[in-house]
Amino acid sequence: MATVSMSVNGKNVSRDIDPRTLLVDFLREDLRLTGTHVGCDTTQCGCCTVHVDGKAMKSCTLLAIGLEGAQITTIEGLAKGQELHPMQAAFREHHGLQCGFCTPGMIMAAVDMVNRKGNDLDDKTIREELEGNICRCTGYHNIVKAIHSGAEAMGAGK
Amino acid sequence: MSSTGIGARVQRKEDFRFITGKGHYTDDVNRHGQTHAAFLRSPHAHAEILSIDASAASAMPGVVAIFTGDDLAADKIGGLICGWMIHSKDGEPMKAGAHPALAQGKVRYVGDHVAVVIAETLSQARDALEKIVVDYKVLPATVATGDALKPGAPVVHDVAPDNAVYRWALGNEAETKDAFARAAHVTRMDIVNNRLIPNPMEPRAAVGDWDSGSDAFTLYTTSQNPHVARLVLSAFIGIAPEHKLRVIAPDVGGGFGSKIFIYAEETVCVWAAKKVGRPVKWTSDRTEAFLADAHGRDHVTHAEMALDAAGKILGLRVHTTANLGAYLSTFSSSVPTYLYAPLLSGQYNIPAIYCEVDGVYTNTAPVDAYRGAGRPEATFVIERMMEVAAREIGENPAEFRRKNFVTSFPHQTPVIMCYDAGDYGAALDKAMAMADTAGFATRKADSARKGLLRGLGFSAYIEACGIAPSAAVGSLGAGVGLWESAEVRVNPIGTVEILTGSHSHGQGHETTFAQLVSERLGISIDNVSIVHGDTDKVQMGMGTYGSRSGAVGMSAIVKALDKIEAKAKKVAGFVLEASADDIDFKDGKFTVRGTDKEIDFASVALQAYIAHKFNGQELEPGLKESAFWDPTNFTFPAGVHICELEIDPATGVTRIDRWTAVDDFGNVINPMIVEGQVHGGIAQGVGQALLEGAVYDASGQLVTASYMDYSMPRAGDLPSYDIGMTQTVCPSNPLGIKGCGEAGAIAAPPAVINAITDALGHEDIAMPATPLAVWRAIQKHMPRAAAE
Repeated sequence: MATVSMSVNGKNVSRDIDPRTLLVDFLREDLRLTGTHVGCDTTQCGCCTVHVDGKAMKSCTLLAIGLEGAQITTIEGLAKGQELHPMQAAFREHHGLQCGFCTPGMIMAAVDMVNRKGNDLDDKTIREELEGNICRCTGYHNIVKAIHSGAEAMGAGK
Repeated sequence: MSSTGIGARVQRKEDFRFITGKGHYTDDVNRHGQTHAAFLRSPHAHAEILSIDASAASAMPGVVAIFTGDDLAADKIGGLICGWMIHSKDGEPMKAGAHPALAQGKVRYVGDHVAVVIAETLSQARDALEKIVVDYKVLPATVATGDALKPGAPVVHDVAPDNAVYRWALGNEAETKDAFARAAHVTRMDIVNNRLIPNPMEPRAAVGDWDSGSDAFTLYTTSQNPHVARLVLSAFIGIAPEHKLRVIAPDVGGGFGSKIFIYAEETVCVWAAKKVGRPVKWTSDRTEAFLADAHGRDHVTHAEMALDAAGKILGLRVHTTANLGAYLSTFSSSVPTYLYAPLLSGQYNIPAIYCEVDGVYTNTAPVDAYRGAGRPEATFVIERMMEVAAREIGENPAEFRRKNFVTSFPHQTPVIMCYDAGDYGAALDKAMAMADTAGFATRKADSARKGLLRGLGFSAYIEACGIAPSAAVGSLGAGVGLWESAEVRVNPIGTVEILTGSHSHGQGHETTFAQLVSERLGISIDNVSIVHGDTDKVQMGMGTYGSRSGAVGMSAIVKALDKIEAKAKKVAGFVLEASADDIDFKDGKFTVRGTDKEIDFASVALQAYIAHKFNGQELEPGLKESAFWDPTNFTFPAGVHICELEIDPATGVTRIDRWTAVDDFGNVINPMIVEGQVHGGIAQGVGQALLEGAVYDASGQLVTASYMDYSMPRAGDLPSYDIGMTQTVCPSNPLGIKGCGEAGAIAAPPAVINAITDALGHEDIAMPATPLAVWRAIQKHMPRAAAE
């Protein structure tokens, strides 16, 4: 066992873990933050996307032990209580989710996309940037609309 | 229409928990003291198991137990079942090989279940798996669909020495033969419908639990139909009687058919929970999902269409070999038979149809229903045939379809189905206008100037869903009835709980079902909750598949709401001192006809429970009703999809430029949700046409067993969709709705391939039309393609 300490959704946490523990398992099992999902185990589908020091990363292939001192944000840390993050609100408004399983990863990737690419995103950019996130339900049409709208709303809120 | 009633674009009630990470899926369930299961899977497509030595594995740290097929047999746990009996045309029942949850003596596909390790942690279970020594005698394997019936092919099950599960037929052979004898033109095609792997984003999972105090089991599982799972696990597999077995399917992350079936892993987890006296949890990893989730499609077909001199269809003759894999999965036998051949008439007047289907065993994963289930395969056959026939006789493909459309209803086809309502010409007109097909020639010329090939493809699909009248499917071999149940519980303060046998795994029932109640009872959708997915809460129900939750599930709710209204009128009558016959109910208020006396719904609910205003011996207190709805017919959604695409002949890359879909789903509860269903269906259909294909090598190894090898449609592969609707009301259910969940996946593949072949100028391309396949097709037919 080894000890790791990091900040998750603004709270400092410290746990003794098996050194082979993946970040996603640390979040889901040790911290019971089950909003981050495992869809493929191989960093293809993006269901496990979280923010590590402000950047979107796939938590299914990161070792928790390597993240000593990191700032982690998961889907549970995005809203302020009942006040949704603009990207969360946009996914609901534009029906950008159906079964909801890929959704946390999609939203975390979308927020990161806006952080990197700005608030005025065209459809082509959004579609290319979603290369690492798979959705089987929506056909992406409404996800693209949601991200476009969420990006604008994030800009308006600045 | 109220802002939250039928027809309104209501935002989804369930979304808040999903977008905040508070969804509750099976893998989120942890039970106190739980253990973890890992399955040892066959590395061979076909082998005898000579011995299994688990002694070293048993000594590994954390191992609680290791079980094999012998342990299941010793406990008299039955095999997995196929619930639909198909008879061959000679009257013989289908040949169902034994399907033990853990192999007994033989493995029949790569991924087949050999043993289970149960350990304190998942890592320990996986570590121990590697220490189990299995001595296999590897046998030659039958892999390709087209090889299964060849003389000398390795035999998958001894009960089917020629690998034929059944040799089934539908239609009139003699009349069809006569039609071909009179034909002025015959179109012939060989058609392959590629094998797909469903891939809901949530992998399957199970947590089995057993309570020693009550000798009762609980299974949390990723199911589209928890009651059916309980029925099968109880009555056929023998885990426990139904009253001692609770099945809970919480939030389920997509199904697409693959979570209908009762699989080995769930069976083993719930059984083993009692064996080890602790909860047992298993969650599939993605490669396990590729290997062992039931696959879809996989047909090899020869089809012939007879036309008269005027271009009217005289007859259709189809022979299909359908790969059912190594074992018969839960509903597999029905998919290439009764869910396939009855749709071969398409939207057309076809006087004579004859279809033969040989279902075959191979040493591959079981094949069962996947979004559309038989209907995409039928639609691909008929819509490719229509396109090619039109090209061969020099007619415009749209007008050739129009000429042959069914135009009067009801319409009895020669293959069982009686189409109840539709207006196929209206959908075609609207789709062509939306797609601006008139401007296609100009756009094609523009593409040509850029060195690109542009193509236009139609798909005029029909499907049969809202499955299904119980007696009708029973006469065709189904082992269950396909009604649905509902219970409406009105609470004393007037809020409402709907308990439904339907199950939502993305379809948005918590919203659409609440819209129905809001409309009927005049209450806010916030005062309605939908309860589903728990056999201890909800009475027997049949679950969600075959686009049935609206047409069948909501009809059951309507029936229960009718009873609620009738009872509430009696209560209101007592309160308002009037006869129930004189009470009207509208917008949430009961009024005495011709007076100003009124009482609102919530007050009537309270009066029903306090029971002060009526004699409890004459009228039962309370306000709760249940209903079972058995449909009187299938529903027949239909529409026209038009795909316009561009191919770069230098690379073979296809880019879909425009997608137009015009669908007739009858009455629509929530257009936003219906459009979302269409989007998702199209994406899966485009995936089948351009990207997806399960590939087994000659030895039976699954080559496409990860997202690096199996091409899932990503956002950049797909266009935005232009969605329109026409509307003919479905006459066979009280809401007039038809079902929309599978339409896109049914319509899309032939639209894509018809567009690609239009662009290429020849028909020589199979699905998936990957860039390599398209490039090769261009190279092979260079003179004709270059001449375009």
